[in-house]
Amino acid sequence: MTAKTLYEKIWNNHLVYEEPGKPSLLYIDRHLIHEGTSPQAFSGLRAEGRKVRRPDLTFAVMDHSVPTKDRTLPIIDQDAKAQFDALEKNCKESGVRLFDMNSKNQGIVHIIGPELGITQPGQTIVCGDSHTSTHGAFGTLAFGIGTSEVEHVLATQCLVQGESKTLHILVHGKRPKGVTAKDIILAIIGKIGIGGGTGHVAEYGGQAIRELSMDGRMTVCNMTIEGGARAGMVAPDETTFAYLEGRPFVPRGKEFQDAVERWKLLTTDDGAKFDMTVELQAENIAPQVTWGTNPGVVTGVTDRVPDPGSFANPDDQKATERALHYMGLKAGTPIVDIPVDRVFIGSCTNSRLDDLRAAAHLVAGKHVAKNIKQALIVPGSRGIKAAAEKEGLDRIFSEAGFEWRDAGCSMCIGMNADVLPPHERSASTSNRNFEGRQGRDSRTHLVSPVMAAAAAIAGHFVDVREFAVTEVE
Amino acid sequence: MKPFITHTGLVLPFDRVNVDTDQMVPKQFLKALTREGFGRILFYDWRYLAGEKPNPEFILNFPEYKGASLLLTRANFGCGSSREHAPWAIGDYGFRVILAPSYADIFYNNCFKNGILPAILKDSDIDQLFKRAEADRSYTLSVDLPNQSITDNKSLTLTFEIAPSRKEVLLKGLDDIGTSLQHVGAIDAYEKAHAATATMYAPVDVKNYS
Ligand code: SF4
Repeated sequence: MTAKTLYEKIWNNHLVYEEPGKPSLLYIDRHLIHEGTSPQAFSGLRAEGRKVRRPDLTFAVMDHSVPTKDRTLPIIDQDAKAQFDALEKNCKESGVRLFDMNSKNQGIVHIIGPELGITQPGQTIVCGDSHTSTHGAFGTLAFGIGTSEVEHVLATQCLVQGESKTLHILVHGKRPKGVTAKDIILAIIGKIGIGGGTGHVAEYGGQAIRELSMDGRMTVCNMTIEGGARAGMVAPDETTFAYLEGRPFVPRGKEFQDAVERWKLLTTDDGAKFDMTVELQAENIAPQVTWGTNPGVVTGVTDRVPDPGSFANPDDQKATERALHYMGLKAGTPIVDIPVDRVFIGSCTNSRLDDLRAAAHLVAGKHVAKNIKQALIVPGSRGIKAAAEKEGLDRIFSEAGFEWRDAGCSMCIGMNADVLPPHERSASTSNRNFEGRQGRDSRTHLVSPVMAAAAAIAGHFVDVREFAVTEVE
Repeated sequence: MKPFITHTGLVLPFDRVNVDTDQMVPKQFLKALTREGFGRILFYDWRYLAGEKPNPEFILNFPEYKGASLLLTRANFGCGSSREHAPWAIGDYGFRVILAPSYADIFYNNCFKNGILPAILKDSDIDQLFKRAEADRSYTLSVDLPNQSITDNKSLTLTFEIAPSRKEVLLKGLDDIGTSLQHVGAIDAYEKAHAATATMYAPVDVKNYS
């Protein structure tokens, strides 16, 4: 038998129908939906008189537009309300389980899937959302789809897919103190570029990846799409199994043990071939900060904003000029001299308990700088919020001058009231710094939670490694 | 879906790399319940100034490009968010063909669900088309999908790449769901064969999980 990659194994396990020269029909184990990209899919089904084939494998949540302040108040945004109402009606009619905004399990779709154990190794998972790649941290094949495909999965529980190429990303060595999963993935995207992984499914390996917690692995897989690859995965191991045991939707007792035995087989065979391999040395990665308008334009915190002229390709020169103009930055400025207006710690990239703990540890007993207009902590789910409150993290943040909010996408996308105003600059733990992402004409710098926390305290970017080491992790 | 066979139209040269879907349809328009009417807001933040005044410096607002139906652009078009609102906006605006050296995966997929042809051309051919389109603001091209060719009226002929199965979807205007449902027997069989390991475990206190 030929040696296979993890991706090929999961792919083969889910083939429903194949025909030479055509994309295959792939079975989908879990379908996650949210209010933003599902209404048109349900209307499409209705128009054709079709039904949801497997409501039991479909999970819905409200996350993109939910308010992060008081949810007992009426929703003022009528368009958002219409989407919430539509999701509720669609779920009720089709029998799909919905975590509405008042559910104690509500949260960002990619946070609650793993948190509730809906996400499990070896599965195929799709969602009308590009950051579905997050779930790959469990050794699942998970990727984002468009609304027409959401409709397709609702109707058939399958997806029409061509096989992807494979990309092996190895991060060797030990991650230095102050360097987080976020810095690793930003460094990877910086290296391969935002289109570097297009057409590929990535598998991460190497000591620095293996040593990450599940929270950290999810951060890495989450931003895989920012490097162009639709899915990123980490083969499951003891860390994965320990995380999953006891979660609500995970099998229990003997059935859990049997599942673990099956999950252990989900590794890439020795000698399996990847179409492309990228290798990094963890020791060489510094805390990262993006300076432009896509996640691939990133540099170490000790560096400077680059000169457009330093790029060889004329397209890159033009894009860099545009980006610096948009960002209000001068070439040559040291990153640590860039002042920050607002800090956002949240999003499906960095709003899990590990992230909040690390940030809280850093800010404990300190206070946000005077020039910071707002510092937001938005836990990824109500479950995480409750767990953090149990540890007293909310108090630490509040005393340090941060606002402690309810769970949702929030300022990652600014579809609710949490918007970054025009020309203001954020240190944000989210995943996209595209023009207008956090608000029209807003300026986003992507960083890790500890880098964001440190920027809040200092009022500008700062090398988190300068903080006493114990304060970092 | 309307089949796509040939198309002739005005070319709009949009000289930017890595155009992401957040730019095509900014987040404030993701709260819609229908697929219609997105053409008006395509490239909203670039296209309109305060008060929805058209930005005269943005190429979509140039009067000579009114009615353009081929969008000529650069690498990695459609990166970022999976929002299908992006191709809905492109199609509703009136574009039927995109010409670029490469696309982001999800966006590329989404185009085929909406009868838009995302043609992949060699970098050097894209450069050449930009030269011609920028020199002549009424530059038109004819696209022939069966032959995978693009011609102008000055004897330029180029070819583009597309997978045969993708080509068929556009040529026949196929409805994916209808096609897949022809294999419902295979789906049933798959579910039966995997039932033992694919059980959906409901939590013990299942009432707490709604
Ligand atoms: S947190 Fe941001 S990236 Fe994640 S699902 Fe929400 S909007 Fe998308």
